Amino acid sequence: MSSANESARSAAIRTGFAALSEPCKTLGAAHDKGAMSSASKVVTPEPAAPVVVTQPVAAVAVEPARPKKGVSPQAVLRSVWNNVGIPFVAIALFLFMWSRLSAGIETSLGRIPGPVAVWGQAQALWADHLAEREKRAAFYERQDVRNAARAAEDPTAQITERRYTGKPTYVDQIFTSLKTVFAGFLIATLFAVPVGILCGLSKTVNTALNPFIQLFKPVSPLAWLPIVTLLVSALYTSENPMFEKSFVNSAITVTLCSLWPTVINTSLGVGSIDRDLMNVARVLNLGVFTRLFKLVLPASLPLIFTGMRLSLGVGWMVLIASEMLAQNPGLGKFIWDEFQNGSSSSLARIMVAVLTIGFVGFLLDRAMYGLQSLFAFGARR
Amino acid sequence: MSRSAISRRRALVGTLLFALSSMTGVADTQAAGLELEKEQLKLGFIKLTDMAPLAIAYEKGYFEDEGLYVTLEPQANWKIILDRIITGELDGAHMLAGQPLGATIGFGTKADVVSAFSMDLNGNATTVSNEVWGLMRGAVALDARGKAVHPIRAEALKPALEKFRADGKPFRMAMVFPVSTHNYELRYWLAAGGIHPGFYSPSDVTGQIRGDVLISVTPPPQMPATLEAGTINGYSVGEPWNQQAIAKGVGVPVITDYEIWKNNPEKVFGVTKAWARKNPNTHLAVLKALIRAGIWLDANNGANRKEAAQILSRSEYVGADYRVIANSMTGTFEYTKGDKRPVPDFNVFFRYYANYPFYSDAVWYLTQMRRWGQIPEGKPDQWYQDVAKSVYLPEVYLQAAKLLVAEGKAKKEDFPWNTDGYRAPSKEFIDGIEYDGKKPNDYIAKLTIGLKGNQRVEGGDVVGK
Repeated sequence: MSSANESARSAAIRTGFAALSEPCKTLGAAHDKGAMSSASKVVTPEPAAPVVVTQPVAAVAVEPARPKKGVSPQAVLRSVWNNVGIPFVAIALFLFMWSRLSAGIETSLGRIPGPVAVWGQAQALWADHLAEREKRAAFYERQDVRNAARAAEDPTAQITERRYTGKPTYVDQIFTSLKTVFAGFLIATLFAVPVGILCGLSKTVNTALNPFIQLFKPVSPLAWLPIVTLLVSALYTSENPMFEKSFVNSAITVTLCSLWPTVINTSLGVGSIDRDLMNVARVLNLGVFTRLFKLVLPASLPLIFTGMRLSLGVGWMVLIASEMLAQNPGLGKFIWDEFQNGSSSSLARIMVAVLTIGFVGFLLDRAMYGLQSLFAFGARR
Repeated sequence: MSRSAISRRRALVGTLLFALSSMTGVADTQAAGLELEKEQLKLGFIKLTDMAPLAIAYEKGYFEDEGLYVTLEPQANWKIILDRIITGELDGAHMLAGQPLGATIGFGTKADVVSAFSMDLNGNATTVSNEVWGLMRGAVALDARGKAVHPIRAEALKPALEKFRADGKPFRMAMVFPVSTHNYELRYWLAAGGIHPGFYSPSDVTGQIRGDVLISVTPPPQMPATLEAGTINGYSVGEPWNQQAIAKGVGVPVITDYEIWKNNPEKVFGVTKAWARKNPNTHLAVLKALIRAGIWLDANNGANRKEAAQILSRSEYVGADYRVIANSMTGTFEYTKGDKRPVPDFNVFFRYYANYPFYSDAVWYLTQMRRWGQIPEGKPDQWYQDVAKSVYLPEVYLQAAKLLVAEGKAKKEDFPWNTDGYRAPSKEFIDGIEYDGKKPNDYIAKLTIGLKGNQRVEGGDVVGK
């Protein structure tokens, strides 16, 4: 193995171990972690060393566990300040700077909106959502009346319930985006994990696939999109499609871009399993599936999850871009439409969307992180 | 409406339709009445005020009255509209009059797209940047009160062009699509003022060959932003994007398309030929709803226009501010800031037989495609008429109108029942040259700048006769 590969491998081992030992750290040094960490997950320490990873030194290198000194009032105060106070002050400062600076910039759509205007638009979008829901209810009522009349007139008539035809509200757009990103992410994971495992287990496969991974990994979603669009419209031609074409386009674009972190991390995770363990498995004559499920997967789970977490992050970013470009429903399209509207409230609405995208991205990352530590912890047992 | 009334209506519609279809043989209507082949439709539009018939048909429940469940979806640009119509993602769309024609003759994407409904007349204008307006001003005639005399002819643009040339800068203008009405209107205006707008050729489809100005494509809603960024010096686009330039203070509208060609046909409702063949009754139902929307928009001297402007200003439709949309939708047009003038026919949605797809309108667009080299070689008059007949479906339009008249929702006298599809020859152009749709080649020969007869553009030169 080349030296570059070697160092990548050892880096992966370290990351893997860091992920594995995450719950451990929260035990000893809960106050060191940011407010966002899963500090609540305080469990009795498990003295047993991880089964798989045999270099506990690496953990020390990442973050040395501090000796527990007992909890003094000052320490509590400091921890509160660190966890709550600093972010609070920073956010307040940010809002202040924003409202001061924005007031001075004149665009052709009027002044750059400050926090108050953006909050106002967020409320307006919510009110709009509620109003649209009422319209939807009225639509279904009208439809029921019409269908009843039709059925009375001709009992044999085929009557299908039609979906609401009004515009998607802002809340709908958020959920459309989430649905799309998860669909793309799911396909990516289903494909990337097996491929990653194959790459990690077999040097031949790895060498064969490596050029493709290297070649396609840096390709932007905007480059994939036209190809995907053309292919989807050529191949996905069912009369009553289960999914909208635009949904398929976006989801596949997300898949193509979010594949790579999972493939690479999985193969690294699998490749970095201790040779001794593999040898033991060979000596014990374990079957392929036993080896896979009892040894390979548990040992590489932390890195697989690291990869998936990166993938989801990439997918979310890519999705917004592809929605914008391909005019697929979702937050990206919302932004584009508002940009095109050019009304006096458009800028503030776009800012609402930017904040929403950031917040949803943050939540997604947290969720994946939670899953990751859950599995990593479980894998240690 | 009581149930018996509904069934009576249905029976009437059924008989009428049956009679009609057996008479004209155009649509394959089933004898059972307006049995819709497809109830759930997705129609695309571009954020322009002339999409109003779609929004009104939706908001006023005209689509639902026909049993249609229609979703309206804004699209980013005209290319996407055309592509999505072709792939079937959209059932039908608000389209440029030139798009079905261009697609059918294969300029750009080749596809069979047809139209049975012309959505509106007029509604466009040409705007120049403040800088260009400053240079033009001296060449514009003023009236007693010191206000510009309209229409302003393109000659007034010449000082600006000379200044740009002296500075070594290209003079760039934008329109919305190579086969857009705006492209031809802008070119017509420029050429009528002696400014060459540039040729297309089979090997160079930029449309800038030998042009005094460089004309390129920008999507409508981005026009003001692009003008403001200085990427272009002027543009030709539909509303509200000219009034937006005034509102934002980034440019000055100098001429409306109404002044270039009085009551010119503008947008159409387009579907693919295959779709129209497969869904004849659905097509009729959509047309009925759209005709009713047109009637509503033009009713009582535009009494409903304010409400229409309110609806259009919602973010799901055009989304620009109400006051900007209302400027042109309520029969006025603001040229320079504060210079608001009445232009009652700035955008017509029903009057003057606006919705009837006249063959002669199609032929006019084809003559302009020929004039500027999009149709690279000369064609006989018959060819123009054949193309027009394969793209425009006035018989389907009249069928829908007949149904509405029978239902008492439209007046018989509002439709041109006996026309042969050609408007009477007209001189109502900015240069006063007469246009007769039956003699396209004669017309082309009369236009000063542009390809004539069998002329071709080869490597930047006009060759042949």
